[in-house]
Amino acid sequence: MRSSLTPVRCVAAASALAFASAPALASQEATGAPAPDASTGLYYISMITVFMLATFIGIGAIRRVSRLLHTPLMSLTNAISAIAVVGSIMVAGASSPETPLSVRIMGSVAVFASMTNIISGFMITDRMLKMFKTEGGKA
Amino acid sequence: MNTTLLLASVLDDFRSSNALKYIVELAYVLAMALFIFSLHWMSDPKTARKGVFAGVWGMTAAILATWAGGNVTQHLWVLAPVLLSIFPGMKLANVPITAVPQRTAVSHAFGGLAAGLVGTAEFFRWFLDANLHHEMTPFRVSALLVEIVLGYLTFTGSVIAAGKLQEVKWIPQRPWVYPGQNLVNGIAAIGAIVLAVMIVMNPTAPMAPYYFGGVIVLSLIFGPMLVLPIGGADMPTVIAILNSYAGLSAVAMGFVLDNKLLIIAGALDGSSGLILAIIMCKAMNRSFGNVLFGAFGQVQAKAAGGEQKQYKPDTPENAAAIMEQASLVVIVPGYGLAVAQAQHKVRELYDQLKKKGVSVKFAIHPVAGRMPGHMNVLLAEAEIPYTDLVEMDEINPDMPQCDVCLVLGANDVVNPCARHDKASPIYGMPIIDADKAKAVFAVKRSKNPGFAGIDNELYFLDKTYMLFGDAKAVVGELVKNLAPSSSMH
Repeated sequence: MRSSLTPVRCVAAASALAFASAPALASQEATGAPAPDASTGLYYISMITVFMLATFIGIGAIRRVSRLLHTPLMSLTNAISAIAVVGSIMVAGASSPETPLSVRIMGSVAVFASMTNIISGFMITDRMLKMFKTEGGKA
Repeated sequence: MNTTLLLASVLDDFRSSNALKYIVELAYVLAMALFIFSLHWMSDPKTARKGVFAGVWGMTAAILATWAGGNVTQHLWVLAPVLLSIFPGMKLANVPITAVPQRTAVSHAFGGLAAGLVGTAEFFRWFLDANLHHEMTPFRVSALLVEIVLGYLTFTGSVIAAGKLQEVKWIPQRPWVYPGQNLVNGIAAIGAIVLAVMIVMNPTAPMAPYYFGGVIVLSLIFGPMLVLPIGGADMPTVIAILNSYAGLSAVAMGFVLDNKLLIIAGALDGSSGLILAIIMCKAMNRSFGNVLFGAFGQVQAKAAGGEQKQYKPDTPENAAAIMEQASLVVIVPGYGLAVAQAQHKVRELYDQLKKKGVSVKFAIHPVAGRMPGHMNVLLAEAEIPYTDLVEMDEINPDMPQCDVCLVLGANDVVNPCARHDKASPIYGMPIIDADKAKAVFAVKRSKNPGFAGIDNELYFLDKTYMLFGDAKAVVGELVKNLAPSSSMH
C-alpha cells in the first residue's frame, strides 16, 4: 500500500518545520538583533533545511494529486506562490522614512501583481473545481 | 471614545512587547500548515474545494500578520495596489475555460515580476543606505541574484508564452530557431554569471548597481530566448517549468528576507511545477534538456514532403450510423477541440450515445492540449462526469474492445509512428492505442499535418475514415444524425 499523506502526518511535518525554524528564531531573540547577523551561518543552514523539508512535502503531496485536477492544481499553486505578497508588503509599506521612493513604487507594483495572482488564482481554481461532477451531478 | 483609547493603548503595549512578533510567527506557521493541507486536499475531486478554502485562509492569515506585524506603517502604499488588484484579479478569474492556459501564463508573469521587483527594491534599499551595508552577506546577495534572475526570466518568458497561447500576431507560432542558438544563449548565461559573481564579491562597490542592471537586462532577454524556440506541442512542459521557476523565485525571496513562510510556500509551488514538468516530459518520452534546447518541430519541413498518401473521407451520416451500433465509443480529445470550442457539442454527442445504450469514454493523454490537465477541465465545463474521463494508461488495455474511436482534434497522441518509426520526432512517446479500435473516425480541420508537422499513420489505416471540417461543426452533424427527430424520416 502506498503511504498516504494523512492529516496527522501533515501536522507532524508542519511541526517539524516549525521546530527546524525555532533555533533560528531563538537566536534572533537572544541577540536582540533585528535581523540575523552575517556571522550566523547556522541560521542559513536552518533555512536550507526548511526548504528541503518543504520540497519533500510538496513532492509527496503533488504526486498524489489526481491527473484530472492538474489544471486547477496549477492555478492553486500560482495563488499560493503569490505569497511573495508578504515580501512586497514589507518593501512597499516599510516604516523607515529613508526608504527611497523608487523602492516603494517597486514594492507597490509587486503588491499589485501578487494580489492579482491571489485573487484570480483562488477564484478560478474554485470555479474550475465546481465543474468536476460525477454522473449524478455531485461534485 | 474611551474604548478606542483603550484599544489604542492595548495595541501600543502589544507593539512595544514581543507578543506581536510571536503572533506574527504563529500566524505564519498556521499559514504553512494550511497551504500543505490545501495541496493535500487536491488529491481527490471530492475534497479539492476544501483545499481552496484552506489556501484562502492561509493567505489571509499571512497577509494580515505581515500587514499588522509592526514593520509596516506606510499603509497607503499597500492599500492602493491591493484595491487596484481587485478588478484585474476578478477579470482574470473569469476568462473562458479555453483561455485558461493563457491566464496561467499571465499569472506566472505576474509572479515573476513581483519577485524580480522585490529583489531589485531590496538591493537598492541596502545599497543606498550605508547603515544597511552589513545586510549584504554573500549568501543573501547570492539568493537575491537567484531571485531576480528567475523572477525576470519567468516574467518575460511567460509573457511570450501567453502571447503564443493567445496566438497573437507579433509572436511566431512556429519555433523560432537560428544556427548557433545554444551558443549565443550559453555566452549570455556565462556573462550573467560573471556579473553575478562580481556583485557577490563586492556588493557595495560603486559599479555594483551597473552590474546589477546588466544581470536584470540579461534575465529579461533570457525569458524569450527560452520560450521562442519551443513549439506549441511542448507548451504544457514549458508552462510547468515556468510554474516551477515562479515558485523558486519566491523561495529565493524567502532567503533574502529571512522569511520561512516564503520559503515553504515557494517550495510547494516549485515542487509542483517540477513534478508536472516531469510528468509532461515522460508523456512525450523526452528529457528536460531536449524540450528546452531541442527545438522540436524543426523536422516538419522534411516530414511533410513525403509521398502522397490517400485519406478516406466519410460523411457524418455514416459515422453516426456506425456509432449508434457500437457498444463502446472512445473519444480522444485534443487541442483542436479547445480551438473549436466544441466541448458543449461533445456533451450533446455523449448524451445522444448514452441514450442509445452506447457506453462512452474519453481517453485523456497527459499532454493533450496546451497545459497539464487542459482537456479534463474543458470537458468538465461541459458537465461530462469526470468518472468518464480516463487516463491513457487505464484506457489502453480496453482499446481492442472499443468499437469506434473518435479522434477529435488530437493528432500526435494517437500516431502509431511513435511505436516503431525511429526517424520520427515523436518516437518512443506513449500514445493512446486508437489504432487498436475496430473502427476509427478522425475529425480534422484540414488535410495539412498537425501542429508538430508530422504525418499521422493512423489516418491511412484501412479502418480509419476521415471527417473533414471544424470539430464543432462535425460533432454538431453527428448529433443531428443521432437525434431521434432525424431517425423519424
